[in-house]
Amino acid sequence: MIVFTLLGFMCATVVGIIRIRDLFSVVMLTGMFSLLGAAIYVVMDAVDVAFTEAAVGAGVSTVLMLGTLALTSREEKTTGSSRAVSGGLIALVTGVILIYGTLDMPSYGDPQSPIHNHVVPRYINQSPNEVGLPNVVTSVLASYRGYDTLGETFVIFTAAIGVIAIIGRGRRRRKKPEDQTEADT
Amino acid sequence: MEFSGLFVYWIIVALMMSGLYIVIAQNNLVKKIVGLNVFQVSVFLLYITMGKVTGGTAPILADNITVYSNPLPHVLILTAIVVGVATTSLGLALVVRIHEAYGTIEDDEILEQDDDA
Repeated sequence: MIVFTLLGFMCATVVGIIRIRDLFSVVMLTGMFSLLGAAIYVVMDAVDVAFTEAAVGAGVSTVLMLGTLALTSREEKTTGSSRAVSGGLIALVTGVILIYGTLDMPSYGDPQSPIHNHVVPRYINQSPNEVGLPNVVTSVLASYRGYDTLGETFVIFTAAIGVIAIIGRGRRRRKKPEDQTEADT
Repeated sequence: MEFSGLFVYWIIVALMMSGLYIVIAQNNLVKKIVGLNVFQVSVFLLYITMGKVTGGTAPILADNITVYSNPLPHVLILTAIVVGVATTSLGLALVVRIHEAYGTIEDDEILEQDDDA
């Protein structure tokens, strides 16, 4: 029941995000959306994910977006969107297809569902002996699927280099000639 | 057929599709990235929902507990959240750069300037 309440809050937040034009409010609503997601993760027993979502999703992303707003503009122009109808149609059709796809999924919380009976019993039963940690999520993340985590750090490294390449040096170079001309005139 | 167990998935699909709608229909680039974020969080929710076992607890082993929720989706989504922030920051950097070059972050105005040039 609490899951549905939180999902209802999330739907209301999304309606706000779509309708509100002030980008500062939109960014704050996005932070709320992530935080509500984190609350749902706690209810669904994914405590590690909830920590990460609250810190990284609701915290760091919001700060990054606020920084972007400071460097660009705060207000969305109120010209009506030309793609509202086509966007709505695409979303509707995709949504119907996805819902059709859920029809033969195992129902929520079903212990017999296939994903609980493949490799996971081994993780839960053997990880105390093989890895020696009580937290199974940590065991899988750092040991059984350690290469995934290594790849993740490569992705973050690449993204950091990308951000530096896009706005770090280029901007300083670009500003310099302008500053000089301003000083000259 | 029992549909009540699938209702959670349907709400999450609705959230996902509103994210997709924001990405397609809104002209503002920051809002598009917000839409991507909404889409992302909804996909994460879908995965975590599949990992839940009725009556289970968080997958941290203790002596008197026998039923645990599935830890595997949790691991996948932990990785995905961090990668998601990396892509968000890259997108926002592009938005800042576009604002420097065009003086606007509205999709249609940028296209107009491109057509004029």
